[in-house]
Amino acid sequence: MDMQTSLLDRLFDSGLLIDTGVEGLYGRSGAFEDVIARFERLIDAFGGADGAEAMRFPPGMNRAHFETSGYMKSFPQLAGTVHSFCGGDADHMNLLQCMEVNGDWTKDQKATDIVLTPAACYPLYPTIAKRGRLPAKGGLYDLQSYCFRHEPSNDPARQQLFRMREYVCMGTQEHVTEFRQTWMDRGLEMMAKVGLDVTIDVANDPFFGRAGRMMANNQRDQNLKFELLIPVTSAAKPTACMSFNYHQDAFGAKWGLNLENGDVAHTACVGFGLERIALALFARHGMDIALWPAEVRKTLGYQD
Amino acid sequence: MKQKIRDILGKHGGLPVPVETLADDADLYAAGLSSFASVQVMLGIEEAFDVEFPDNLLNRKSFQSVDAITRAVSSLVGNAEAAE
Ligand SMILES: [Zn+2]
Repeated sequence: MDMQTSLLDRLFDSGLLIDTGVEGLYGRSGAFEDVIARFERLIDAFGGADGAEAMRFPPGMNRAHFETSGYMKSFPQLAGTVHSFCGGDADHMNLLQCMEVNGDWTKDQKATDIVLTPAACYPLYPTIAKRGRLPAKGGLYDLQSYCFRHEPSNDPARQQLFRMREYVCMGTQEHVTEFRQTWMDRGLEMMAKVGLDVTIDVANDPFFGRAGRMMANNQRDQNLKFELLIPVTSAAKPTACMSFNYHQDAFGAKWGLNLENGDVAHTACVGFGLERIALALFARHGMDIALWPAEVRKTLGYQD
Repeated sequence: MKQKIRDILGKHGGLPVPVETLADDADLYAAGLSSFASVQVMLGIEEAFDVEFPDNLLNRKSFQSVDAITRAVSSLVGNAEAAE
């Protein structure tokens, strides 16, 4: 705990992160953003030649698509919905009176058609399904979005609004599992180039409740999720900075994603936690980018 | 016990085929039991038999077949009923 607070304090003191008064909701300095931009260029250097189709969605998604995704079955505790005032003049008066006396003015807010995006790849599946069958060579997509997860914490590596860069692959089982393996190898190589010590380990998503215990065990038993871990706030409990997920044909069946021959597509996605990677760099090499090791600066394209 | 388990599978398993057509040792995942449905079956069994699956039984293997589920439930309710 203390170590986490102290990294967060050092980030605040150096101005890299900006306190908003809410745990896990931070502003970023220009220097912090620049590290993320440079690391994304490194990702491009490794993955750019694969010819992924780039798409950028805002950090909110269609609520109907969110409902179809089944996210509430697995992670109800993490979801964030967007609610708005939808009343008339009288309701407005009541709202203001309620706020005046510090009452709970949010209870009459109505759900909108927008839910905060929980993972960068979520808006992709319905988009691709709408196009019809996948091309013969399968599909490869490049995504980046702010994502929301409701888990307030003073661990700077656990933010409520953070960016995830993803590559998503759709195709046969062999195709998508090979894609996943390629990125595990690339992940190790990339992190070595920026001077970070990493391990890759089997992992599970934070499924909710007792049913979630079983889903987590199933996911581990089947090696469906791996994480690339880097020490950020603790050497003993390193932070997941990349994840490598094989969904089998679950998303393919759910969204009606089909191969050229009509078979249900298998899917896999690889995610980079961009803030976490930046934080790992600051934790490892210090708050002053000018003092980072020459090799690391060179890899990220800083001029000497 | 097996019949009760089969009833729960029929109700919560979401299987594309009737449970009666499956042998006791048939692979339920091969028959179409999804990961999520297996969790619903687990919760249904806990309620029906008034048991709680410990962490070491909360996995795919425990729900692989009617036989496997029977073994898991038997280990939780004690041997007397398992002899049925
Ligand atoms: Zn994803």
